[in-house]
Amino acid sequence: MVSAAEMLSVAAFIEGDHAQAFPSFGSERMGAPVVAFCRIDDKEIRLREPVMSPDALIVQDSTLLHQVDLFSGLDTRGYLLINTRRSYQDLGLGDYVTRFPPHHICTVAATEWAREFVGRPFPNAALLGAFAAVTYRVKLESVEAAIRRRFPGKLGEDNAAAAAKAYDSIRTN
Amino acid sequence: MLKQIEGSFAVAEAIALCRPEVICAYPITPQTHIVERLSELVRTGDVGNCQYINVESEFAALSVAIGASAAGARAYTATSSQGLLFMAEAVYNASGLGLPIVMTIGNRAIGAPINIWNDHSDSMALRDAGWIQLYAETNQDAVDLHIQAFRLAEQLSVPVMVCEDGFILTHACEQVDMPDSEQVDSYLPPFEPVQVLDPAEPITMGAMVGPEAFTEVRYLAHHKHLRAIEVIPELSTEFEHIFGRNTGGLIEPYRSEDAETVIVALGSVVGTIKDVVDEMRDEGVSLGAVKVVSFRPFPLLALREALQNAKRVIVVEKCLADGLGGIVVGSVRMSLRGTSTPVYTIIAGLGGRAITKKSLRRAFNEAVADRLEDPHFLDLDWKVIDHELARSQEKRRSGPIAENILRELGLVGGKPV
Repeated sequence: MVSAAEMLSVAAFIEGDHAQAFPSFGSERMGAPVVAFCRIDDKEIRLREPVMSPDALIVQDSTLLHQVDLFSGLDTRGYLLINTRRSYQDLGLGDYVTRFPPHHICTVAATEWAREFVGRPFPNAALLGAFAAVTYRVKLESVEAAIRRRFPGKLGEDNAAAAAKAYDSIRTN
Repeated sequence: MLKQIEGSFAVAEAIALCRPEVICAYPITPQTHIVERLSELVRTGDVGNCQYINVESEFAALSVAIGASAAGARAYTATSSQGLLFMAEAVYNASGLGLPIVMTIGNRAIGAPINIWNDHSDSMALRDAGWIQLYAETNQDAVDLHIQAFRLAEQLSVPVMVCEDGFILTHACEQVDMPDSEQVDSYLPPFEPVQVLDPAEPITMGAMVGPEAFTEVRYLAHHKHLRAIEVIPELSTEFEHIFGRNTGGLIEPYRSEDAETVIVALGSVVGTIKDVVDEMRDEGVSLGAVKVVSFRPFPLLALREALQNAKRVIVVEKCLADGLGGIVVGSVRMSLRGTSTPVYTIIAGLGGRAITKKSLRRAFNEAVADRLEDPHFLDLDWKVIDHELARSQEKRRSGPIAENILRELGLVGGKPV
């Protein structure tokens, strides 16, 4: 998640924006619930508080949905992306998501795309591709470039392919 | 070159550009990424003629830096929190011996209770240890201040700490204009020590000095800091000529010239404060801010001048002197001595508590109405305080406060003792 926020900030940077990515500071370790933030603006970002009212929320692990209050600051004009193969009804979000404009919400099987394209269950790249498709805030090319910068060589190419697949699957629907 | 880069990596690359000859450090959160990256840069030959020395503790890290500096090498180390305390004796030795070591502090709280998050307790604990202390607002500041720090340290033969907020800066990925080696080389000449351990020309460093001369030696250390008050702005101006950025200096005023209320702060919270100043100005509140870059030496006159039109001053600080209140505020009041300007203290961000615009606005509005208590503890949960105080009155063996409060808040299992 921390890498995802960083890569998103790099994608925005590539497009000439200012971006600030930072983790929810603390004892990060694999498997523990982690929050990471990214701000994007066309001017210098001076604010250092955590993002409390996001314009977009990406849920990497849907098992957290009913354990942590993920939606407290999310405005219903915002965007919501969930990494899952399940439906909103299955996730218990059937009523909640009706508050959003339909094209602002999205489920994406990012872990499956990652398994298919990268061979490992790391959904960051596919989620960022989906983010680009849903929000129009960054271009897919910038996300791909940020991914390649983070992971040089084949790993970067495979992750970029996962991002493109997630992007295409949303834009063609 | 503009880069989107994690703060720690930007600082490590800046240090590499300064061509240190000896780096010795012991990893501690949140400083770790800096020294890890530097060890890579040394291994790959990107730091030139530099030796990276692994040591067994922070005490050893700074002791090795002292030895290296005494032998005429440009020496660097970095630490945080308990690590700084563990090297405390060596911290005084470095300044007492007049060795121009540069050390990064990734600012973090001090335990107990153990806490890995950001505040300024660590560097503030050693504010009077004879080191110059510069505080970074952004990662750009952190990069630029380190380059200026080597120049300043070596020009005056005094060690310099560059303090940057742990996690908030060290772990933030943001845009930094990275200097190139030609720029740094033209700004920072090779280290020319004023004293060097050389078997061919033996000298004593650290001679024992009795009452007959100790005060004079100490005065001369003070004198170096007074010189630094003059040198820091000069080096900042020269830096701007070469790098095109006006960073460093003693203080940085922000919309404060005509402001009735002026906020004084240091470190990354200044960015949030600038946003609040803009918002409240738009609403008609006469507000400004002054960033203190150099906390030691403290720019008494520059700050006094910057605050001369203020009707009131608010100091926002991330540290606490138990039984007194703020730490920074004492120096601010010193700069205002003889005036009747009221000064308020806001203690904020201890142990990593987020300092939000919303809470700052509320406190600033109270201060503007002259209703703020001094010191004010931002977002202090009085319910928890009152409950714990009442509970501790009930019985003698009331147990550890930290654990009791965690249980009260439901953060650990079980009930308070």
